Amino acid sequence: MTPAIDVDGVSITLGGETVLDSVSTSVDDGTLVGVVGPNGAGKTTLLRTINGALAPDGGSVRVVGRDVAELGSREASRLVATVPQSTASAFDFPVRRIVEMGRTPHVGRFGTRTVADRRAVDEAMERAAVDRLADRPVTEVSGGERQRVFLARALAQDTPVLLLDEPTSDLDVNHQIRTLDLVADLVDEGRTVVAAIHDLDLAARYCDELRLLYDGRIRASGPPESVLTDTTVEAAFGARATVTTHPVTGAASVTAFGDDAAVTAAGRVHVVGGGSAATPLLHRLDAAGFATSVGAVSADSADADTARSIDADLVTVPPYAPVDDETTAAVTERLCRADAVVVADVTVAPGNRPILDAALDADAPLVVVDGRPIETRNVAGAPGRRLDARLRDRGIVVEDDPDAVVAAVRRVVHAGSGDADSRAAETDPRP
Amino acid sequence: MNTSVRTGVWVVGLLGTLVAVTLASATIGPVTISAGSVADIALAALFGGATDAPASHRTIVMSIRLPRIVLGAVVGFALAAAGTVMQGFFRNPMADPSIVGVSAGAATGAVATIVAPVSIPVALPIAAFAGALIAAFGVYVLASEGGRTPVGTLLLAGIAVQTFLGAVVSFLLVSAGRDLREAIYWLMGHLQHSTWTEATVAAAVVVPGFLGLLAYARDLNVLLLGEEDAHSLGIEVERTKRLLLAVASLLTAASVAVAGVIGFVGLVVPHIMRLLVGPDHRILLPTSALAGASFLVATDTVARAGTAELPVGIVTAAVGAPFFLYLLRNREVRTP
Repeated sequence: MTPAIDVDGVSITLGGETVLDSVSTSVDDGTLVGVVGPNGAGKTTLLRTINGALAPDGGSVRVVGRDVAELGSREASRLVATVPQSTASAFDFPVRRIVEMGRTPHVGRFGTRTVADRRAVDEAMERAAVDRLADRPVTEVSGGERQRVFLARALAQDTPVLLLDEPTSDLDVNHQIRTLDLVADLVDEGRTVVAAIHDLDLAARYCDELRLLYDGRIRASGPPESVLTDTTVEAAFGARATVTTHPVTGAASVTAFGDDAAVTAAGRVHVVGGGSAATPLLHRLDAAGFATSVGAVSADSADADTARSIDADLVTVPPYAPVDDETTAAVTERLCRADAVVVADVTVAPGNRPILDAALDADAPLVVVDGRPIETRNVAGAPGRRLDARLRDRGIVVEDDPDAVVAAVRRVVHAGSGDADSRAAETDPRP
Repeated sequence: MNTSVRTGVWVVGLLGTLVAVTLASATIGPVTISAGSVADIALAALFGGATDAPASHRTIVMSIRLPRIVLGAVVGFALAAAGTVMQGFFRNPMADPSIVGVSAGAATGAVATIVAPVSIPVALPIAAFAGALIAAFGVYVLASEGGRTPVGTLLLAGIAVQTFLGAVVSFLLVSAGRDLREAIYWLMGHLQHSTWTEATVAAAVVVPGFLGLLAYARDLNVLLLGEEDAHSLGIEVERTKRLLLAVASLLTAASVAVAGVIGFVGLVVPHIMRLLVGPDHRILLPTSALAGASFLVATDTVARAGTAELPVGIVTAAVGAPFFLYLLRNREVRTP
């Protein structure tokens, strides 16, 4: 079957800037595809290429099998309807008149509107919930209402393909959901919809597939959960992010932490974990821009999985195996390089005592997480208790809260790099 | 009320106004002639038949006053229609019929003919018409690149060309010598010494041009939403822009060629009508044109009613500007 939209090697240069760089993608009939990506990534440009407003410098766009470049705008407008991002209007046309303009492709120059035209307009206004605004001037309705007026116009256009440029940007939560539910219904009825959406959670929840667009190319393509990962989001948006499954909707959910890596200039942190003691901590340290190393942890533990997901430098031991000399050496090496060491509230066992000893001997400042009481997690007897006490003695003890731990790590790393700071201050030309 | 019914009601009302203004205007002058006998004379001339009005009155009405009134109506009609289209086209409240250099081009052609050492009969309107179209076409070419004519560029190119031609006209005026008075008079706009020939020729350009614009009223509405939107609704944007610009410039050129530069009609009348009937060009365009016709006939009557005749351009500006300011302060004139 021919795809509803087939973009083949499309390049667009605007004002000397390459906005799209041989982009190829296709959209199946009757699907809702979201285009996500940072501001300025070319999402709008891609939509403008699909509706024929922009002629590509290279490549071609086919809609329902027909080359858009060879279609007149009238023909193209019977295949593709577009809801623009900016719907500001200086003209006080009544809402109904704006929606009627959606029938333009179907009415001849000297033709009059038929009963079918009127019915299409009525139905479109009803579905977009703007029927009660029909006689109001479009300049006097709210931004969100106006967005739905233009959606109604696109519905009245009655095309197999619908392009939406940020259809929910001006809407409150309730109308975002209602609008996207309506879009989902349209897709169920067989229309094909491509929507540029900046809200990643909404995109993941409603779209059948996503295209991640940045730097002029489609960098990831497929179902939302495969397109939105920590790595892709970070690469595309330059923000540290964690992608989890939303507890209610079950869709991928993105939490961004901002790109404070550059600001804090972070540092290296070694985390002594095990089980799942270090998991929340690792995410936050990573998000705060620290380069993390982890170990030694059991290869099948949650901590190991987390470490892998954030690309931490990971030292593992086989499940249930005690730490051997080689592993201890590997951990010691990382401890030497670290700017700070964090000991999570791990179980103290004969098997991992060498690691804790090494942490105690490390030069880097030590942060100890005051989580579960030692009595509940010590299986190494009196030596275990003593070791815990010495760790607390030597390090800074911080309550079991990832944010507090990150703050403590920042403090100690910053204090350690004080020399570098004062040197930098001397060369600073400002008074 | 449905748009076509509303349009019909407005058009009939404004046509009635135009007839009333015409009759009233034809009674006014050095010789006062009653409205009844003006109607009598006009009907007799139109449909044949006898009239008991004196021959002198017949000559005054048919050869002096009515040609002038009809020409005024045609020019006002054309300028208001062209102004409406330009304001919508440029989505700019300051747009007027001459925005792409039409008047400046016409002025250059006309003043050059006036100050030329040899005088050729009927050269002036032809030179003005040609100058107007050459200037508009030049602006269009200067503003176009790669098959596209961005509206902003067009606006700026129009201002640049108008400024340049303004310099040319000033230079010609400085070297005009004893022709200066005639040139200034032309520049101010006038309907004096109008003939039926002028009125007929102008109408022959204006009426078909107006009907062409009216056929594109719906496209003009869609263009108001922006070119991108218009494209996605199936309008061939560049072709439509070219056509609207060409026809509106043609209407303006025809007006300027016969009546000189009459300001303000094309700027103010569309604004007033937009306040009254709204932005929909299917009703705005015909009502603006008819209102423009009545407005110019009325102001020209004022211009010639006094002891010394004034150029009508002075009256349109003197009457139009305060009225426009009143609207601006009291009723919020909207950006088109």
